[in-house]
Amino acid sequence: MTFSRGLRTGLLVFTALALALVYTPLALVVLNSFNTDKSFGWPPSGLTLEWWGAAAQSEGARAALLVSVEVALLATVLSLVLGTMAALALQRHRFFGRNAVSLLIILPIALPGIVTGIALNNAFRTIFGWELGFLTIVVAHATFCIVTVFNNVQARLRRLGGNLEEASMDLGAGTFTTFRLVTFPLLRSALLAGGLLAFALSFDEIIVTTFTAGAREQTLPLWIFNNLFRPNQAPVVNVVAAVLIVASIVPIWLAQRLSGSQNEGLTGAR
Amino acid sequence: MASTGVLHRRPGLRAGLLLAPPLLWLGVAYLGALAALFVTAFWGQNSFTGEVERTWTLRNFHDLITIGVYRTVTLRTIGIAALVTVVDAVIAFPVAFYMAKVASRRTQGILVVAVLMPLWASYLVKAYAWRGMLGTGGLVSWVARPFGLDTPGYGLTAVIVTLAYLWLPFMILPIYAGLERLPGSLLEASADLGARNGTTLRRVVLPTVFPAIVAGSIFTFSLTLGDYIAVKIVGGANQMLGNVVYDNVGAANNLPFAAAMATVPVVVMLVYLAAVRRTGALDNL
Repeated sequence: MTFSRGLRTGLLVFTALALALVYTPLALVVLNSFNTDKSFGWPPSGLTLEWWGAAAQSEGARAALLVSVEVALLATVLSLVLGTMAALALQRHRFFGRNAVSLLIILPIALPGIVTGIALNNAFRTIFGWELGFLTIVVAHATFCIVTVFNNVQARLRRLGGNLEEASMDLGAGTFTTFRLVTFPLLRSALLAGGLLAFALSFDEIIVTTFTAGAREQTLPLWIFNNLFRPNQAPVVNVVAAVLIVASIVPIWLAQRLSGSQNEGLTGAR
Repeated sequence: MASTGVLHRRPGLRAGLLLAPPLLWLGVAYLGALAALFVTAFWGQNSFTGEVERTWTLRNFHDLITIGVYRTVTLRTIGIAALVTVVDAVIAFPVAFYMAKVASRRTQGILVVAVLMPLWASYLVKAYAWRGMLGTGGLVSWVARPFGLDTPGYGLTAVIVTLAYLWLPFMILPIYAGLERLPGSLLEASADLGARNGTTLRRVVLPTVFPAIVAGSIFTFSLTLGDYIAVKIVGGANQMLGNVVYDNVGAANNLPFAAAMATVPVVVMLVYLAAVRRTGALDNL
């Protein structure tokens, strides 16, 4: 289809402007991390590395980063196991209520975060009798991360079909041998993509986390949020934000390398 | 191995064993938590001790409807969600159209990555970035000053801008996917039959991608309804549904009322999903 020159140029300019608008705020945060002005006026009054030094020294930020990584790793492992099991059951077996199960898996991410947040908060404290803390954050995160692994693995299983597994069984391999030698190797990149999304989702989450974290544990988003409104912490918060923006290139690069799999789990990312 | 043989012969048992852990987690624990929350919404609270009283009452829902401030907050939140959706659709459609129908294959790939990339950047950092953009003496006021304007400051406009910014990729991607599925020959046929660009857009393109736009709006709507962080960061003193829920769990410690309030976004979403079901949007998710 050929479009008039005017229309093509107009669309190009619009797209370029929209993308510029998308990246300007992020670039501004990175630039402001070097801004000598603590209130981040524009244009910057001068450039300094002082805040980066201060951020590297910040005990609070370092501790929060550690909690975030630990929570995200554990939540990812849990969702890899549970998501894969659910995907295998749904894709390789026919049973009553299959649609209900896939709806159930999407539910934690489809419902507004506050609903999941207070539901879990209430259940942890009053039904299970747990104290809010590290464990409750992990459980809450795993709950909404399962969907990313499930989506990726399910899409992969659907594309593969069951022939290879049947061949393996026909050749005498048992259920576990078939999974170990046939299914798992075929799923590997889907698991990586799903796990990556789960990690990113957990690492970034704040709404459910505010309801399920105790008074002591702080994830990095919680630390940023709690320090956001303290004027003397502003430059350090800004450096942490800048680091997170730069670090977000890593998963994109990884996703690109797992070519073909990045489109499967898109809707799983918030 | 004996156990393996059993699993091999009995696929039903295998499915059951595979399903049991995820179902225990999501079906029993998570659904149970949701159900408990829903039940709590019908309980009362002792106004003296603050303890939850397990007696059935509709008082929370009565308060929700009759007390003016909650009605205002609900309407404001729905209004913000609607505006955010419109802003995102208006920005996303031309971008998605350029990506799907005008750009070369190579540019297309680059643009998809460019649109996806901000999704990986932290939600909180993106909201924070707009705090810097919109602050007094920030970039927005610097750009606006030559035109005799100023930054809108922290308030409802800032909330709409920030949320529209946050959810924009969720609108671009489904529309892009929808346009990709729209064959170019259809546009050519329309042009051959004498339709101008505007007519083709109105009578061929928009009707076919409408379900995709609705699919995007499910994200923008649902995400906005549940948000209370962005409004705290850039919203000044304004409150959304999420803030009321949060304050009633925390400071006010009135869980039954928070639970009742939390049903509002769920009901709004269910009504919205039921309304858009017939457009076929749900298949575009």
